[in-house]
Amino acid sequence: MKFILTLLMTVTLSTTFIPAVEAAEHLRLATTTSTENSGLLAELLPPFEQANNCQVDVIAVGTGKAIKLGESGDVDVVMVHARSKEDRFINAGYGVDRRDVMYNDFVVLGPNNDPAEVKQTANVVAAMSAIAQHQATFVSRGDDSGTHSREKQLWQAAQISPQAEWYLEAGRGMGEVIIMAEQRQGYTLSDRGTYLAFSGKTTLQVVSEGDSRLFNPYGVIMVNPKKHPHVKTELAKKFLDFLVSDQAKKLITGYRRGGEQLFYVQ
Amino acid sequence: MDYLFESIRAAIELISTFDGEIQKIVWTSLYTSFYAILLATTIAVPSGVALGLTQFRGRRVVITILNTLMALPTVVVGLVLFGIFSRQGPMGSFGLLFTPVAMITGQMVLATPIITNYVLSAVEGADNRIINTALTLGATPLQAHMQLIKEIRFGVMAAIIAGFGRVIGEVGVAMMLGGNIRNSTRTMTTAIALETSKGEFAFGLALGIVLLSVALFVNLFLNLLQQR
Repeated sequence: MKFILTLLMTVTLSTTFIPAVEAAEHLRLATTTSTENSGLLAELLPPFEQANNCQVDVIAVGTGKAIKLGESGDVDVVMVHARSKEDRFINAGYGVDRRDVMYNDFVVLGPNNDPAEVKQTANVVAAMSAIAQHQATFVSRGDDSGTHSREKQLWQAAQISPQAEWYLEAGRGMGEVIIMAEQRQGYTLSDRGTYLAFSGKTTLQVVSEGDSRLFNPYGVIMVNPKKHPHVKTELAKKFLDFLVSDQAKKLITGYRRGGEQLFYVQ
Repeated sequence: MDYLFESIRAAIELISTFDGEIQKIVWTSLYTSFYAILLATTIAVPSGVALGLTQFRGRRVVITILNTLMALPTVVVGLVLFGIFSRQGPMGSFGLLFTPVAMITGQMVLATPIITNYVLSAVEGADNRIINTALTLGATPLQAHMQLIKEIRFGVMAAIIAGFGRVIGEVGVAMMLGGNIRNSTRTMTTAIALETSKGEFAFGLALGIVLLSVALFVNLFLNLLQQR
């Protein structure tokens, strides 16, 4: 019995003696893996947290899941990038006060030797067609994320329903999919931020870019306090104001990875 | 192979600097596992002893179910508790999702069947005359049972160690119920998953080495307790 008692005491004592480093208030932010994996949030959040003596709890998931977390009221704020989903979220009364925060663009990545000759295509829809025509491996996010929705829109624009052996639905985050595409020497659609954050870690190259259909805006939305009264309205509002403030704009446009700018503001 | 060496170097660097963030991550892993095991043990030891000592109809069924529960996938536990703790769920008003409490609950659910099973086998393996002997010597029923637990303490310790091993190394529950929040619910396993998703394999593996070292120290510590 003695050892159990000792164990009990050790644990309880050690937990009481470790100082709780809890900040006064927590704001829950559901956001996409692209903003978290790019490292932007680590730059952007601390000034806000210090100014308001709070901690922003970041839950990094795909856009689809982030919006679901907002709908069920498990977070206070969502920051995502899929305009159609955001509009549905707001129209259904789950979200209020949407703001445009920043944007970047999507790029089609492919292996060095470019087996589907995507580099020669004129626009992104032609690029998708070329991949399908050559039956070149394409790794899809397949996780209902913002990038996944955009990819589906692009296939639709190219009038292709990709359901074949060359089309791999990974069901994983952007970083994992870039790694998978490289290992399988395939193509994939990525946001530029994550791709740049992977510079030096992947041999994949941009094979198609610059099309207006690749524009990728990020919006931030507060969860509607009328649906979920526990939402920290005041702090959430401050956070939204902060994200569109000059201070945040400076941080966003000043953020570099490998010497390149990842996000832009309007 | 380069990256294996690089990870080992990164691990040594991580352990030697042991900065605030790593400390916090290690600490979160440790205290959530400890509480989970503590709660699981308080449920599992009495259940295991009771199940081992009594005979009733359907006992084999209960034991089979317990054995099956040992294979409980962590994501299933995560999913079920996610539904319960979410704001839309029955316990939503407490706002426990994405907190350490949710993680501890999930890990407790994972560990309880394992500890119960280990304790059950220990009781079945023990000399069943212990209780009767203690009772004839004038012990109260509680004292007699305590004597039994004392006899099987090595089995109980093995149960605790097995349960601890299950929860400290699992990622499903920690990720789904904790949310991998920096400075709050980020554990060693979710941090490894995060670093992997960022393509930082060496750093991820380094964290894995830290995890194993921590597990080693915990087991050494438990071993030490056992010998006293």
